[in-house]
Amino acid sequence: MRKKGPRGGKTILFTFIVALALATVPLPDWARPFRPEWVALVLAYWCIALPTRVNVGMGWLAGLTVDVLEGTLLGQHALAYAVFAYACVRVHRQLRVYPLWQQGLAMCVLVALELLLVFWIDGIIGRPPGTFLFWAPALTSALIWPWVFIVLRDLRRRFSVS
Amino acid sequence: MGRQVAGRVRGRATIKSLFTYSQATALRLLLLVLLSMALMTLDHRGNYLERVRALVATLVYPVQALVHLPVSAGSWLGENLASRETLLEENTRLRSQNAILKGQLQKLISLELENMRLRKLLDSSQQVGERVLVAELVAVDLDPFTRQVLINKGSLNDVYRGQPVLDAEGVFGQVVHVAPLTSVVLLISDPSHALPVQVARNGLRAIAEGTGDDTRLALRHIPNNADIRVGDLLTTSGLGGVFPTGYPVAEVAEVRPDNTQPYATVVATPLAHLDRAREVLLVWPDDPAAGLPDPIAEDDR
Repeated sequence: MRKKGPRGGKTILFTFIVALALATVPLPDWARPFRPEWVALVLAYWCIALPTRVNVGMGWLAGLTVDVLEGTLLGQHALAYAVFAYACVRVHRQLRVYPLWQQGLAMCVLVALELLLVFWIDGIIGRPPGTFLFWAPALTSALIWPWVFIVLRDLRRRFSVS
Repeated sequence: MGRQVAGRVRGRATIKSLFTYSQATALRLLLLVLLSMALMTLDHRGNYLERVRALVATLVYPVQALVHLPVSAGSWLGENLASRETLLEENTRLRSQNAILKGQLQKLISLELENMRLRKLLDSSQQVGERVLVAELVAVDLDPFTRQVLINKGSLNDVYRGQPVLDAEGVFGQVVHVAPLTSVVLLISDPSHALPVQVARNGLRAIAEGTGDDTRLALRHIPNNADIRVGDLLTTSGLGGVFPTGYPVAEVAEVRPDNTQPYATVVATPLAHLDRAREVLLVWPDDPAAGLPDPIAEDDR
C-alpha cells in the first residue's frame, strides 16, 4: 500500500459528467425510449467498486441533477437513484464475483426497480407513461452493462481510484 | 441470506464494522427518501423550488452546452461552407419573400392602427402591442415521455414562468421552468397541457388538450350538434390569461359526432412544427413599452 485515503475523486466526477451528457444527447424519436440509464449504470459501477465512497448520497445528488436536466419532478430520480444505490451496495459482494453476463442480468432487475419507483411517482402525480416502452431501458442497460463495466474498470485502474 | 453467509466466511472481526456501516447507510437512505418526498411535494404543489432548480440548471449548463456543441458547430460549418450560388439563390428567394411580407405588413400596420383607434373609442382595456424575442432550441433530450424542449433564453432575458412561446406557424407551448441561461418549454401536445381556443369562423370556444402525439390535439366537450367542421382554423381565445388572443393554434382534422356519447370526438392538427422547429418566438403579451409607436398618444395631443 502506497498511500491510504480516497484518491481519484475527479475521475469519478468525470464519469458522472459523461453519463449525464450521454443521458441528454439527442437521439431520433424512435430510439429515445431505448436509451440506457447511463447515470444509473455509472452509479452502479462505483457502488460495486467503492461502496464506502459512492453510495446513497452520491446517488441522490446524481438523481437530482437528472431531474433538472430532464425536467421531471424535483426529487423523483433522486429518490429512485438513492434506493438503486442502496440496493447495489447491499449486493455488491455477490455482484463482484458474478461473470459479466450475470451481472448484466442483475442490472436488468436493479434498473427495473429504479424504473418502477419513477413509474409509481409518475402515476401518483397523474402522468402515467402509458406504454410498455417505458421498461425498455432495463433491457438496454443490461445489454450495455459489460462494456460500461470494462471501460470503467480500466479507468479506475489507470487513474488508481480508491 | 447470501449476504449473511458471505459475512460469516469473512470472519468475525469485520462483521461488526460492516453491520454498523450498513446500518448507517440504511439510515442515510431513509433520510434521503424523506427529503425527496418533501421536495416532490413542494415541487408538485407549487413553484416553491424554482430557485433550487435554476441553481442546479446553471451548474449543469456546461454539460448541456457540450451536448449542443456538435449541432451548433455543424450549423456554423454549414453556413460558412455553403457555396456562393446557394447563398445567392437563397438571398434572391429571401428578398422576394421579404418584399411580399413587407407589402402585407403595410396593410397590417394600417389595420392595427385602426383597431387601436376603435378599441380606444370603445374604452377597451385590451392591448395590442407585444414584445417578442427569438430563442433557439438547445439540442438536448429531456424526459422521453413528456413533450418538453430546452431553449437558450432564460431569466437573464426576462423569460418568466408561464410565458407563451410561438413558432413561425402557430402556438408552440409555454415556459414551465426558468434558469438564468435556459428555460424548459412545455409543448401544447403534452398530455398535461390544455389550451383555450376558439374556432376562427364562428367564435365557438373549446379546450385543446395535448395527446402526447405531436400531430394531434384533442378538443374535449364539444356537443354533437356544434358547428365545427374539418378544416376550421382554431385560434387562441385568450381566456386562460396565458396566451394572447388570436394566434393560430391548429386546424380541425377530424370531427366524429357519436350519438351514443354526450360529446363528439374532435381532433385537430397543430400548425406549429412541434417536432422539428429549431427557432421559436418568446412573447411578452400586453407589454405597453413595445410594438408600434403609440398612435393613441399622438391622437390625444
